[in-house]
Amino acid sequence: MLRTIAARGVQGLRGLRGYATAGTAGASIRARIEEKRAASVAGGGEKRVAAQHAKGKLTARERIELLVDEGTFREYDAFVEHQCSDFGMGANRITGDGVVTGVGKVNGRTTYVFSQDFTAFGGSLSRTFAQKVCKVMDRAMREGAPVVGLNDSGGARIQEGVDSLAGYAEIFQRNVLASGVVPQISLIMGPCAGGAVYSPALTDFTFMVRGTSYLFVTGPDVVKAVTNEAVTQEELGGAAPHTRKSGVAHGAFDNDVVALARTRELLSYLPQSNREPAAPRFTADAADRADAALDTLVPSDSRQAYDIKDVVRRVVDDGRMFEIMPDYARNIVVAFARMGGHSVGVVGNQPLVSSGVLDIDASVKAARFVRFCDAFNIPLVTFVDVPGFLPGVQQEHNGIIREGAKLLYAYAEATVPKIAVTTRKAYGGAQCVMSSKQLRGDVNFAWPTAELAVMGAKGAVEILWRNDPDGRARAEDEYNRLFANPLPAAQRGYLDDIIAPSTTRRRIIEELEALRGKKLSNPYKKHDNMPL
Amino acid sequence: MQVYARALGRVRLPQWQRARPYATGTGQQQQQTFDKILIANRGEIACRVIRTAKRMGIRTVAVYSDADAEALFVRQADEAYRVGPAASSQSYLNVDAIMEAVRRSGAQAVHPGYGFLSENAGFVERLDRAGVAFIGPNREAMAAMGDKIQSKIIAKRAGVSTIPGFDGVVRDAQHAVAVAEEIGYPVMLKASAGGGGKGMRVARSAQEVRDGFRVAADEAVSSFGDGRILVEKFIEEPRHIEIQVIADGRGNVLWLPERECSIQRRNQKVIEEAPSTHLDADTRRRMGEQAVALARNVGYNSAGTVEFLVDKHRNFYFLEMNTRLQVEHPITEFITGLDLVEEMIRSAAGLELTTTQQADVRINGWAIESRVYAEDPERYLPSIGTLERYREPEGSSAGDKVRCDSGVTEGSEISMYYDPMICKLSTHGATRGEAIGAMTRALDRYLIKGVTHNIPLLRDVVGSAAFGRGATTTAFLAEHYPAGFRGHRLTARTAEQLAATAAALQFVRRAREQQQAVAAAPAAARQAYALLIPQLRDSGEPAVLEAAAELELLSPALSLQGTNAFAATVTLAADGQARRSELAVTWDVDMPFVAVRHVPSGSDQKGEEEDLVVQFLDPLALGMRLQFLGTKFDVSVLGQRQRALLRHMREEERPDTSRLVLAPMPGTIVSVAVAPGDVVAEGAEVAVVEAMKMQNVLRAPRAGTVKAVNVRPGATVSGDDVLVELEGES
Repeated sequence: MLRTIAARGVQGLRGLRGYATAGTAGASIRARIEEKRAASVAGGGEKRVAAQHAKGKLTARERIELLVDEGTFREYDAFVEHQCSDFGMGANRITGDGVVTGVGKVNGRTTYVFSQDFTAFGGSLSRTFAQKVCKVMDRAMREGAPVVGLNDSGGARIQEGVDSLAGYAEIFQRNVLASGVVPQISLIMGPCAGGAVYSPALTDFTFMVRGTSYLFVTGPDVVKAVTNEAVTQEELGGAAPHTRKSGVAHGAFDNDVVALARTRELLSYLPQSNREPAAPRFTADAADRADAALDTLVPSDSRQAYDIKDVVRRVVDDGRMFEIMPDYARNIVVAFARMGGHSVGVVGNQPLVSSGVLDIDASVKAARFVRFCDAFNIPLVTFVDVPGFLPGVQQEHNGIIREGAKLLYAYAEATVPKIAVTTRKAYGGAQCVMSSKQLRGDVNFAWPTAELAVMGAKGAVEILWRNDPDGRARAEDEYNRLFANPLPAAQRGYLDDIIAPSTTRRRIIEELEALRGKKLSNPYKKHDNMPL
Repeated sequence: MQVYARALGRVRLPQWQRARPYATGTGQQQQQTFDKILIANRGEIACRVIRTAKRMGIRTVAVYSDADAEALFVRQADEAYRVGPAASSQSYLNVDAIMEAVRRSGAQAVHPGYGFLSENAGFVERLDRAGVAFIGPNREAMAAMGDKIQSKIIAKRAGVSTIPGFDGVVRDAQHAVAVAEEIGYPVMLKASAGGGGKGMRVARSAQEVRDGFRVAADEAVSSFGDGRILVEKFIEEPRHIEIQVIADGRGNVLWLPERECSIQRRNQKVIEEAPSTHLDADTRRRMGEQAVALARNVGYNSAGTVEFLVDKHRNFYFLEMNTRLQVEHPITEFITGLDLVEEMIRSAAGLELTTTQQADVRINGWAIESRVYAEDPERYLPSIGTLERYREPEGSSAGDKVRCDSGVTEGSEISMYYDPMICKLSTHGATRGEAIGAMTRALDRYLIKGVTHNIPLLRDVVGSAAFGRGATTTAFLAEHYPAGFRGHRLTARTAEQLAATAAALQFVRRAREQQQAVAAAPAAARQAYALLIPQLRDSGEPAVLEAAAELELLSPALSLQGTNAFAATVTLAADGQARRSELAVTWDVDMPFVAVRHVPSGSDQKGEEEDLVVQFLDPLALGMRLQFLGTKFDVSVLGQRQRALLRHMREEERPDTSRLVLAPMPGTIVSVAVAPGDVVAEGAEVAVVEAMKMQNVLRAPRAGTVKAVNVRPGATVSGDDVLVELEGES
């Protein structure tokens, strides 16, 4: 492919009328053009390419080859060189200037790409580098196609001073304008530090490569100088802390080849832009497939956990989902999947981890996912088994009120089709939050094992029978009989139906089909003011 | 809903699911046996007994532990009663609770299945006192045969040939060593009350006798509540061949043709067949007559099995008599046409057997049984979990006679509390070859996801030339997999088939991703892939088989559902030879079963066309997980550039576990033999883990000093938990 890209240029020129009969002046300019093109392809040169490979990393161009369909990449701005002359930079130019930009097809669909070239100036960002990136972002936004950024950069090109900073800001501005218009995906495939981190942070999804990538605002040396904390790059900003603790990254992959293959897979779930739905895909999995195992999946003992991912896999097409943030706030699961061939965003409380409680991290994780789906016309399917919001000083003092409100806000504001299935517990405010009927949930189903109530029996009875400890046991039975089942909610119309778990797949697909005609919009506003 | 019914303590099935009146095929007069029986067992054998009971018009009662509240047998029974918590000592072995269930249900008889209380004379006595029939032998016969020492003495008296050994219980490890040295090594240590391989150990040295004695005694106590151990001569290269007897209380005792159960691991049967390739008619008759003599000698009734060891000259030695329905009874039913559970019920009700003349017992064809276990076939360690995907192969191939005796459905839990057997898969054919063919196809069509299972091993054994020849001894697995089973070893031909199939599946998957009809884009009708197929060497070292596959679509248009035809050229990196074939691949994209017709087309390749069933288990980031010839293969299917660039990727670093002792499976710690600071030699015992009634001695992987002990006896551990950490001496 490397050769293919270069060859395309030559063939393109040969196709021009008069190419063969051009004079000597023409011949020399053509030679220079070829020379520059070759230089652009060579990037930082053989030695640096070898060093890149030795680190287990691919070059900027190799990564693009694996991201897009074979032979579809069209490069722009291969001839761009920086315009800086300070610090001897006038004599130090690398054609292409440290970034490869262009457009290709991913599974036949147009996708814009920029790929930072660590072999050229360490992938550092100059004014012209930023212009190249901005050019493809502008086109992506105008034409309605996703942008994938492959990050591998030492940071700002210090020799360019404030020009470099301005370049970052130009990119940030475009990240923000493109947000909610076209999907933006960032792959961190090498260093990404300083101001540079904010561009991935503004995009929809950030993925890292284990062992070779790191993200931080300030590196270990500065950290040591300022706070006297000794920490390695990996510990500070590697894939592990960002996928487990900070939630800055949405996932991590073993190496470049896997990361690029998986990014192609993610793109298959997404629409090209907010102007259209995601493309449906053929499935051999029957829409009316009943799944008897679901009927016994929820344990009869309500203290016993089960894996909500088992439920999701049994319901969606082919049992496949693409999980977002699998290692962060594992008490909630968010994933893309398909039902009847159409993309859906799945949100599910995870009883396996902390009983599926909503805490700060889980709320923020799910809120961002819900908003992404809403922005890009992806229907939401929510599986509810939630005992409530997490109590505790630490949670209260860190703002569970504000952070929990984000998820509530996201569900309430979303206008895409919203279907919820309560598998077991739906208690308290968390019940309201999880795609409830009152938050314009289109269809709310419950399994026979569902319990929708303000709280569990024990807690409720302790409050209601505060002064009558002897009556509690009987009251607890009474409470369980009245509330520990889906009937009260169904009798009030808060549930549209109580369904046999085995029929869940068919019921959801039928509703999704009906909801394809859904039209709902929020009141005009400049923008909303969600709690941040 | 099941959930609500269970809350009432029992489950009622709708009318249409209840039994139809009992009608025999022979036009016999319907004879009254019982109105209602209770099955004091769980899992597949409970389902098995319920099936016959229903056919006979008998209502059924299940008993269950908390772990089995949702189990299939509970749903199948007409009534169900809880008898205790998960641990079998408190539920299925809890005689008081079971007697209470008998009383409450009003059952007139109890079928004990196998294991648990099936050979417990005390339980039979309780039933006798309560006036409830036991569907098994009478108490005296059970007691006489149940004690392995006494049974040998009786057998000798009855003229049955026995193995030289020490006729008595050994007192302790020291005594065991003394006895062993008298008999001569190797010796077998076994539980006096035992069966089914529990509490059995082979020992080849005094040290092994001492180690084995303790472990066997512990297992015997935990499995049977009886720690008595006996020692006998261990005959090498024997075959395990057993004779089924059935008897009623009216003097009819018949022997049925033999079952050969030689293929065993850890002294537990894995594959059985009936009849045996090893016996001639005369030996068969002599074994049968001795078995009948023994049964008559103790006044036996019901079904029982007399086990023999048979050497290569067809000398046979009595091992023991199992006074219960045997796990592997389906193959006997296949070749005799009898229903052994029915015979047992009739015997218990005081009726005659359905067949009373020995001359009427004939061998019809051949039957094979594979025991499908939730266990890692490479280490023989049990596996637990949920059967995420589970589809039995019954009826999947037209014409094959396949029988699945199981007690699970998709979504069932394989728990750590009970035996990890998932299913007894049996096939029948007019000839042994037919039965093997049916078994091969059935194993390929058996879908199990969620737990590790032994189908790779079963498939490899059944497909092997040695098994085909009938060269089966109890040492079969040890001889054929001296370094342990590592999955199917790909040959040039099977590697080519696997590579071509994987490439064809990728072809279809890619077309789906591209959302385009291939007919509209002829250039897309050719694809080339690089394949990487990891496979462990016999030494356990990882290796990768590399191949290139070029595919051309022969069908006019690619179909995402149904059959596509391809011309394939596969080049294995190992020999550089290009092998051509035509493939017809029938697959609904991403569904589990792939039918492949592989027709070699190049002049360079000889061979018949072959029909294969491959399972598509999961897509992987760079390929797919396939099950081929029983074994799982994670096949990378790469584009040319992907393959080239993958070379730059670094291997994942694996954590060094050589200084750690990890739990090999989930279970309970029985004992810990070391403390921090202890110096241990390589191979020294550090802890014993019990799971599914098996005690596993964990040994130091290397010499060193114990740095940390992370568990205490009684602790529950998960697979790969770090139990003990070592340091020093590399």
